[in-house]
Amino acid sequence: MENEKQFYDRLEQRGVSRRDFMKYCTFLTATMGLSSSFVPKVAEVFAAPKQRPPVVWLHFGECTGCSEALLRTRYPYIDDLVLEVLSVEYHETIMAAAGHQAEEQLQSAIKKYEGKFICVVEGAVATKYDGAYGKVGNRTFLQIAKDVCPKAAAVIAIGTCASYGGVQAAAPNPGGYVGVGEALGIKTLNIPGCPPNPINFVGTVVNYLLLGKLPDLDSLGRPLFAYGKTIHDQCPRRSHFENNEFVLEFGSKEAQMGYCLYKMGCRGPETYNNCPIVQFNDGTNWPVGAGHPCLGCSEPNFWDKFSPFYQEM
Amino acid sequence: MGNRVTIDPITRIEGHLRIEVEIEGGKVKDAWSSGQMFRGIEIILQGRDPRDAHHFVQRSCGVCTYTHALASVRAVEAAVNVTIPPNARLIRNLLHGAQFQHDHLVHFYHLHALDWVDIVSALKADPAKTAALADNVSNASVGGTAYYKAVQQRLQTFVDSGQLGPFSNAYWGHPAYKLPPEANLMAAAHYIEALKLQARTARMHAVFGAKNPHLQSLVVGGVTCVKDLTPDRIAEFLYMWKETQEFIQNVYIPDLLAVASFYKDWGAIGGTTNFLAYGDFPGSEKEPESLYLPGGVIMKRDITKVAAMQQDKVVESVTHSWYEDGDAKHPYKGETKPKHGEYDTAKKYSWLKAPRYEGEPCEVGPLARVLVAYGKGHPEIKKLVDDTVKKLDIPVTALFSTLGRTAARALETIAIGNAMEGWINELVTNIKNGDTRTYTAWQMPDKGMGYGLNDVPRGALGHWIEIENKKIKNYQYVVPSTWNLGPRCAKGKKGPVEEALIGTPIADPAKPLEVLRTVHSFDPCIACAVHVIDPNSNQVYKIRVV
Repeated sequence: MENEKQFYDRLEQRGVSRRDFMKYCTFLTATMGLSSSFVPKVAEVFAAPKQRPPVVWLHFGECTGCSEALLRTRYPYIDDLVLEVLSVEYHETIMAAAGHQAEEQLQSAIKKYEGKFICVVEGAVATKYDGAYGKVGNRTFLQIAKDVCPKAAAVIAIGTCASYGGVQAAAPNPGGYVGVGEALGIKTLNIPGCPPNPINFVGTVVNYLLLGKLPDLDSLGRPLFAYGKTIHDQCPRRSHFENNEFVLEFGSKEAQMGYCLYKMGCRGPETYNNCPIVQFNDGTNWPVGAGHPCLGCSEPNFWDKFSPFYQEM
Repeated sequence: MGNRVTIDPITRIEGHLRIEVEIEGGKVKDAWSSGQMFRGIEIILQGRDPRDAHHFVQRSCGVCTYTHALASVRAVEAAVNVTIPPNARLIRNLLHGAQFQHDHLVHFYHLHALDWVDIVSALKADPAKTAALADNVSNASVGGTAYYKAVQQRLQTFVDSGQLGPFSNAYWGHPAYKLPPEANLMAAAHYIEALKLQARTARMHAVFGAKNPHLQSLVVGGVTCVKDLTPDRIAEFLYMWKETQEFIQNVYIPDLLAVASFYKDWGAIGGTTNFLAYGDFPGSEKEPESLYLPGGVIMKRDITKVAAMQQDKVVESVTHSWYEDGDAKHPYKGETKPKHGEYDTAKKYSWLKAPRYEGEPCEVGPLARVLVAYGKGHPEIKKLVDDTVKKLDIPVTALFSTLGRTAARALETIAIGNAMEGWINELVTNIKNGDTRTYTAWQMPDKGMGYGLNDVPRGALGHWIEIENKKIKNYQYVVPSTWNLGPRCAKGKKGPVEEALIGTPIADPAKPLEVLRTVHSFDPCIACAVHVIDPNSNQVYKIRVV
């Protein structure tokens, strides 16, 4: 296909060989839990989308860390994702338009693509005082969510805030913040993490483009391909746990040898996520790899349930 | 009364910001800045384990990730009286330096550039002429006619698809855009290059910090990444650092100079009067003497007199913020009695308080740091500034402007990037000599107070903590965007961004592009700036002066 050829030419230009790209697609396909027969189809999603699926990305009570995490994705690098794979109709952090032109853009996108766009929500919704604690364009987060989310084909909650309330919902939850699903009484697909690994978002979107449906979810709305196993079960330090080899002080000999962080407060045994396998920033590292206990950041209410963090469970 | 124009949301920033301007005779006559969200993280911290604070406060912001975590562990270390080992200090400096590189790069290309660069105009460019222009101004490693043709084709395909995505409905074709099509195409190509590079730049954080955003290797007493003090990990860091620094020197700086040469009039627009820096990057245990970037205060633009920064001169006013009225108070003694009301620019109109130094509003951030360092005769900064004003053929006084702020950001990125090499070498030397200490053991006292003053990409950042019964009794932070984007104070003095907007020429009030230029030049971060209020409990927060 012409598009596909152009795509590979572009990759070559940027020093990415077709082989590298296929390797990534194989990795992504495996991460998504699909059989290897899907690899060429996954590649096709990036290479030659027919019409780029429209995405409306809303920011509520959050820190923009999830958007930043997505900016760190590669294969597709974020520029491919934005220019060639998705059509990001509204995203306050990257969009050129501002003020009423931005508002117009949001309204025209949800009208034009009603029932067809993917709504990604980043951040929790303030519910106290009718949501008066957070506003965009003089409308509360709650009003915007009520306006936009029901018109979407699917609502993806990215990050622990949009999924379950997140840091601002920690006790005493001064703003009455809740996840978007709870705020609207709807079911959302949740990609928790603080922030989540962007590959879990990309995997979800590719699943949608490839199979025309969202991936299978656990009881907390999380895609099973990413959140099906505990950190502990996939941890490369697991053998140290079995052998009673524990770190008891940061910077110690045991820490230098990469012993188990269980006694330093690691929440890996209670946390479902694929961090040890996919790692962050292009597979560079992950918290336990850097010698720090897992905080359990993809579990609901982890800020209260798992803290104080530096105490053994 | 002139024509009132509201821009809400301000996009290409972190958080929810509303800017209102009054326009008369084609110029901004008056301006109001309003923070539109709060979350309450300081309240959430009360009663928690002080060791956990940095994880919570880091979630103030995912754009300025790391900075609040660093400020927090420093404040707690002061309160529990522990000195971190040299390797921990070096690794923290390296992570902080990487944050400056990443943050400033992303700000210039992805948050600020579209105020100056017309993407649609790039479609009209001649690729061969663009290549010649790029060869002339920069040392970019990618380029040539074929390259610019491919970039242009890619943009054209994108436009032809009819799905303009993030480039929809912007101010394209606005008369205030001055770049020729070729310069627009060059900048658009580098926008895309920088988008890719920043993902690699962020890998520096992952090497010694587990991941980016929201690093996870800091602890009170040092860092946890002792296992990563290996030649291969250091080489990996060094590789990303080098690639980034080369881009900064060969692309970012030349782009800045090229774009600035078309917008020299912005050297007289968007300036403020007073500047404050806390300084950062400790070279030893001795602070502030050993800080690579010095602290100081400049009043009334007099860079020949840089006064020492004294934190007891800081007060916060609430007259025009959504709090019950009271005298302006030092943050330690500050009372927070929130009172949510209507948006009324004559009375109260923001969740941000109005910090003042000796009663004056102060700009913080890259320009403040560069001016303070320049005034103090910092050799690297002085040379960078002098070379730049010479190349642009503008006087040093043109730095007091939107252009100056944007240039200062680029110049300090170079200086900090260069300093990073020294810290890497120091780290290597220590390891060679058998010193792999990364953590100092310590005991939690029953009581303690401490603060950490930091300078982070957006400006002066202070965290204060009071510990009682081994728990957090009080926690407070005063952040850069509160200084820069805060409202008027009791004396009616405008906040820095409000002051900076006065006199800005506006070609078309329906498309206030020029306002965005100045607002974005401050790199606002509103999630950081508003995080303290609890209107429900009407609680009073007090922190004593230490």
